[in-house]
Amino acid sequence: MRSAASWRLDFPALEQSVHGTRLAYLDSAATALVPRAVIDAMVSAYTHDAGAVHRGVHALAEAATFAFDAARADVAAWLGVPADEIVLTFGTTDTLSGIAQGWVRPRLAAGDAMIVSELEHHANLVPWQLACAERRAELRVCRIDDAGALDLDHLEQLLADRRVRAVAVTQLSNVTGTAPPLDEIMQRAHARGAIVIVDGAQGAAHLPPSPAGDFYACSGHKLYGPGGTGVLWATRARLEELAPWRTGGGMVARVDYQHARFREPPARFEAGTPNVAGVIGLGAAARYLAALGPARLEHEQRLHARLVGALRELRGVRVLGEPRHALASFVVDGVHPHDLASVLDRGGVAIRAGHHCAQPLHARLGIEASTRASLGLYSDDADIAALVAGIEHAKAVLA
Amino acid sequence: MSDAVRALYQEVIVEHGAHPRHRGALASPTHAAELDNPLCGDVVELQLVVDGGRIAGVAHAGHGCTLSIAAASLFAEQLIGRTLAEARALAAELEAMVAEVAGAPDRAQSLGSLAVLAGVREFRSRRACATLAARALVRAIAARRG
Repeated sequence: MRSAASWRLDFPALEQSVHGTRLAYLDSAATALVPRAVIDAMVSAYTHDAGAVHRGVHALAEAATFAFDAARADVAAWLGVPADEIVLTFGTTDTLSGIAQGWVRPRLAAGDAMIVSELEHHANLVPWQLACAERRAELRVCRIDDAGALDLDHLEQLLADRRVRAVAVTQLSNVTGTAPPLDEIMQRAHARGAIVIVDGAQGAAHLPPSPAGDFYACSGHKLYGPGGTGVLWATRARLEELAPWRTGGGMVARVDYQHARFREPPARFEAGTPNVAGVIGLGAAARYLAALGPARLEHEQRLHARLVGALRELRGVRVLGEPRHALASFVVDGVHPHDLASVLDRGGVAIRAGHHCAQPLHARLGIEASTRASLGLYSDDADIAALVAGIEHAKAVLA
Repeated sequence: MSDAVRALYQEVIVEHGAHPRHRGALASPTHAAELDNPLCGDVVELQLVVDGGRIAGVAHAGHGCTLSIAAASLFAEQLIGRTLAEARALAAELEAMVAEVAGAPDRAQSLGSLAVLAGVREFRSRRACATLAARALVRAIAARRG
């Protein structure tokens, strides 16, 4: 079996130095680097399998179609679900907006409600704000505690009047690194007649691969795959309930001037020419992750414990909540996150500074902005050491 | 320490960031605007009192990094006594300076103490921090006219 240290060599982006220094890439929660296997698959797609999918009979179109369908199967196999339950989209934001349009809006009546948690990323908040405003429904917000854990008693209260149609919740917070108990949330929501929509943008890459909820969304670019690719998973029965929100070629079985009959899922939700090379790259990413197996997350969890430990040992550094996986957000006394980010960058350390597309959560935590260090399968102890040295340096310059 | 970091966070910038001048709010401003930097969520609220055609009072509030607060502080200091046209010209000069390549000659003559912000030219993603207050000024003047 290959050692974790050798995985780094699969990522060409890590071969470069930044500002004359070794690159410590600690921003995988924003976007993950891409292994050579994914790049090669996409180059091959553009070089050889360059046709349109599901519409041509010539050799290139056939090759593209075959590779595209194989990629769907690879993604499904990695997630452990049937291939016809995988809808290929353009990303989590796209998927969640589609569920808002195709499932939530038609079912939300005046006086109904939806629930989100205080943890949510803007992508799993704004679609529901708009849907609720349009349908005169109420958007309820489930509290978290200071550790970043969901308050299940509060969830129960919010569900009690049975007006809630859907609960939208993250699988893994991109700020606190906490993972809400989705099985528990599912049970409680279903008991009160609500479905659960899960934002898996972070969770898919850092928790054991398995879709959760009634509708599950994740993004290729956080899974070491290309940007502009994503997944919607749901059971066949749920997909039958979902109205197509993007319409046109490829999703229709028969069309006359007045009417269109739709194809079966997943094709029903994949109108237009898809991101063929991107999907082929996503399939390669799924195969790559499947080949690494559970050792990948074991390595990440070990490193995560060291990351959180190292941050907590630093004077003047406060870690937000109690991060469990993949990342840690923190604030440094007297040093604004953007100033810290610039100093770290000059030391070759790439982190995220700001609100991480979760402004309400930062307000809930009583801060404007934070700094986030996030791990990928290629992260190592040297990255954490560079981060620690950079923080000390920034404190010396700025605090 | 990298030279670029040292050039960016000169003592005067760190000092203005920690102890900004003209910080707060005015009782009855004649011009005001709030502007945010969508990249990072920094917010500046700039207020002016124009009296007899010249800026008699300035205040800035909001939240942000050392760079944006120091830039607002330095900019506010320079505004007092200027006409609105002169203030806009200063804002334009600052915009022009930060857009230059690193190492271009400093515009100490036209920018005065704001020339110390030249280090930001080396940090493309941070330029908006240095110009946020200047952009708020342009907006405040335009809003008043509109």
